[in-house]
Amino acid sequence: MIRIGKYIEQFINWLTHNFNPFFKMVKAGVETMVDGVVGLFTFLPFYVVIALVALLAWRRAGWGIGVVTALGLSLIYAMGYWAPTMETLSLILVSAFIALIIGIPLGIWAARSKTAGRIMRPLLDFMQTMPAFVYLIPAVLFFGLGKVPGVFATIIFAMPPAVRLTTLGISQVPDDIVEATRSFGATPRQLLFKVELPLALPTILAGVNQTIMMSLSMVVVSAMIAAGGLGEIVLKGITQLKIGLGFEGGIAVVILAIILDRITQSFGKKKLKKNAK
Amino acid sequence: MMPKLKIENLTLIFGREQQEALQMLQQGKSKAEILEHTGATVGVKNASFDIEKGEFFVIMGLSGSGKSSLLRCLNRLIEPSAGKVLLNNVDITALAEADLQKVRRKEIAMVFQKFGLLPHRSVLENVAFGLELQGLPPAERGEKARNVIELVGLKGYENMMPAELSGGMQQRVGLARALANEPEVLLMDEAFSALDPLIRTQMQDELLDLQEKMHKTIVFITHDLDEAIRLGDRIAIMKDGEVIQIGTPEEILTTPANEYVSSFVEKVDRKAIITASSLMDTKPTVAVFRKDGPEGSLRKMRATGLKILPAVTVDKHFLGFVYLHEVLEVKQRGDKTIEAVIHRDVPVAHPDTTVEQMLPFIAETDKPVAVVNPANNKLLGLISQTSLIIETTGSQSIPQA
Ligand SMILES: Nc1ncnc2c1ncn2[C@@H]1O[C@H](COP(=O)(O)OP(=O)(O)OP(=O)(O)O)[C@@H](O)[C@H]1O
Ligand SMILES: [Mg+2]
Repeated sequence: MIRIGKYIEQFINWLTHNFNPFFKMVKAGVETMVDGVVGLFTFLPFYVVIALVALLAWRRAGWGIGVVTALGLSLIYAMGYWAPTMETLSLILVSAFIALIIGIPLGIWAARSKTAGRIMRPLLDFMQTMPAFVYLIPAVLFFGLGKVPGVFATIIFAMPPAVRLTTLGISQVPDDIVEATRSFGATPRQLLFKVELPLALPTILAGVNQTIMMSLSMVVVSAMIAAGGLGEIVLKGITQLKIGLGFEGGIAVVILAIILDRITQSFGKKKLKKNAK
Repeated sequence: MMPKLKIENLTLIFGREQQEALQMLQQGKSKAEILEHTGATVGVKNASFDIEKGEFFVIMGLSGSGKSSLLRCLNRLIEPSAGKVLLNNVDITALAEADLQKVRRKEIAMVFQKFGLLPHRSVLENVAFGLELQGLPPAERGEKARNVIELVGLKGYENMMPAELSGGMQQRVGLARALANEPEVLLMDEAFSALDPLIRTQMQDELLDLQEKMHKTIVFITHDLDEAIRLGDRIAIMKDGEVIQIGTPEEILTTPANEYVSSFVEKVDRKAIITASSLMDTKPTVAVFRKDGPEGSLRKMRATGLKILPAVTVDKHFLGFVYLHEVLEVKQRGDKTIEAVIHRDVPVAHPDTTVEQMLPFIAETDKPVAVVNPANNKLLGLISQTSLIIETTGSQSIPQA
């Protein structure tokens, strides 16, 4: 019998023991970020937040979505879930932000170096297919209970599409354009920032959208380690068999999902249209 | 004078087994043998030639003959496997990355078959792209770009996106982008091949006009012989990675190096290319006025069997033609000179007059055509009606001088 689990356990334990100060630092940093964002959302009166988000949705995605956003958020407020919703929104935004900050450069690297790409591909497959619950264990070991391990697990789960779609977008830039750019004496840096990234942008934005949506799908899972927010409400509904509570939490999550999806999708679409023109 | 570009033993091999393939090349093995044995493709095989400053140099060959590969070795978009490329006597193949970038920014610019424009940038931004890479401030590069845009006839299109333009206009943007850098050398890889025939001819004309003003050194690739002949000062013909002949369009047409080249040139409309200088007999029999009287002229006619002779002065100035029956008449009259029977009012050709331009001469008379030096009217040679007619009726046989 091979006891892979045992080795992984030993490895994780070794990490926790030897890198404790590092994990503490990370924890403090992420906590400040999440608290900061939550603080911002709860400092503003709810109607201001609703107005701002609805305005953004209207500008980016049109009238219909603007109205849906305003109504949806008002419904959440009316159901009495404003605070947990803002908490969840903050968790998602921070997780997705960190996932993108790490994922997009990794994606660029994988597009540039064949070796890096070859190593990353199976890792990403692994990260995406492993049941999300499994990430909760090292997350708790590293960071204890609370929001930070939730963010950690979410990042790992939500990062792969950002990496993959960045790599895809860059490798889809036509060879003749890359060649022309090189022929005019572009440095690798100029090639990346002036040509590859702008042309890959619609695809990268599709990755951003997916990363955000996958972060959202971790809401309930991360509530299992006390990350709080809407997940906690849904979880309570499940564990205490309170159907009404579960559905209310679920509806709030769906509203959030629709709003985030439409707004982030709109960025990619606008870009595509301009290019196709 | 040193050549602008000097290509020395340039070899390019695609694939892993570079060393082995190089060795096999040296042993004189063919491209097919090397591919079979090592799996490596010979892109360019030991090419050596010079390109002069201001020259319009065309590289021609069938698909897969290695034209693009050779061109890309000149600015190292592809690293050659062996050999040198000297630009102004500096070996490009030995340059460090930063110096190579400098050469690409300032000295060698390229135009592509598929245009290679940036779809997310306007015409102006595309044209200014090279200058932007050089780090020029926006105002300055905008001004330069506008000037070049005007030069290629795109004024008014500055703010359009490439996708909004026709193929011909897109390639003008490509050309403008290359010219904006003020390079000395312009590499053009089948730059007009993607355009339809009418636009293509128009672009060729415009390129020739521009070249007249700019005197760039142009290396132009095509697989179309008509285009090569129209544009090129000299043409290099490639086959299986090898340069098999280099010469002026006329040299290629009149003295093809081998079967391969002659099969290429068969289809060409020669009338527009073959000139008087390659058709003429440079040592024609002439009646020298004052020295040859009627008697002398008749003797020459008898010796050569000709009924018509050109008449020239002692220092070879062309005067006209004399006819057998008229010379006989003046002899019978007892005249001592042929002056009275020289037909002076005849059309003449210059060495660079094309067969096409000489067509009217055939229709009119049965006289040969005199080829004279336009500067001093000296007779350089004579084209017989026979060779002119053979040439114009499109026979494949090549008249040898
Ligand atoms: N990246 C590459 N890897 C391997 N072989 C290549 C590569 N590029 C070109 N070749 C081979 O090198 C030879 C020369 O190709 P090249 O593209 O230079 O020909 P070409 O004369 O430009 O043809 P075309 O008229 O089709 O553009 C061909 O046999 C081709 O298959
Ligand atoms: Mg080619």
